[in-house]
Amino acid sequence: MKTVEELDRIRKQAQAMTRLREGKETTRIVVGMGTCGIAAGARETLAAIMEELAKRNIQDVVVTQTGCIGLCEQEPIVDVIKPGATKVTYGKVTKEKARQIVASHIVNGQVVGEWVIASA
Amino acid sequence: MREISLHILDIVQNSIAAGARTVDVSISEDEHTDTLTIEVADDGAGIPPDILQSVLDPFYTTRTTRKIGLGLPLFREAARAAGGDLDIESSPGRGTRVQATFKTSHIDRAPLGDMAETVALLVVCNPDVRFRYRHTRGTLGFSFDSAEFRRMLGDIPPTSPALAVVLKEVIREGLAPVQRA
Repeated sequence: MKTVEELDRIRKQAQAMTRLREGKETTRIVVGMGTCGIAAGARETLAAIMEELAKRNIQDVVVTQTGCIGLCEQEPIVDVIKPGATKVTYGKVTKEKARQIVASHIVNGQVVGEWVIASA
Repeated sequence: MREISLHILDIVQNSIAAGARTVDVSISEDEHTDTLTIEVADDGAGIPPDILQSVLDPFYTTRTTRKIGLGLPLFREAARAAGGDLDIESSPGRGTRVQATFKTSHIDRAPLGDMAETVALLVVCNPDVRFRYRHTRGTLGFSFDSAEFRRMLGDIPPTSPALAVVLKEVIREGLAPVQRA
């Protein structure tokens, strides 16, 4: 069965990751999933983030969702919280921007300055 | 919202915010009565009767009860625009059930859309919540239970992004023969 094979592959990756990351804190990505976020395309954004992380075999990033934070005109909003760094908030994150944020910020540690709406 | 599956994603956020441990999403396509029925039932905190009267009023709710907002009024508008309606029942401490109906063939009915993506993302982003999803059309049916899926995972972290991708494919394949709406 295809699913079982896929899960086996993910399991092997997860085990390798766990060994590498032993004791380290994980990065979190938070996507705004209030009504405003969803209406602005947050589901596509979230799916693109998952796909991009999966494609790069990154398993130690936790992607979660949050509600409306009152900046509806900036949705879809994505926070990136790396251990030991300040939280970076990106606005109007389309699926294309989401993929680039994963490549640049998550993988290479380069904040994509022009899309940042808050940093604290 | 362009798709009913986006409304569902939105309504489920209310369940999560209400502390639900289990969320049941049921969709049935009845071709004889030309009715599409969507139900989201949770075991969350529930809504007190005095507030339940107002959750469908967008101007009353947004400021006082943050966990409600515009989602329900928008979902009701979508249902009413397509010859259906929305009904909500809730009992504090026991949970809430939202049911929306649509006339399937109505020209203003939004497509159901990508339920596989909605369910897969909910499951991977909310590892503490159990999601059960059931879709039926006549004698055909597809069902998914995140608790069963998690049992297959063993030591894979339930939040692994790759799971969202695999799960979406699994659900999409399972739904293909069932979903028409």
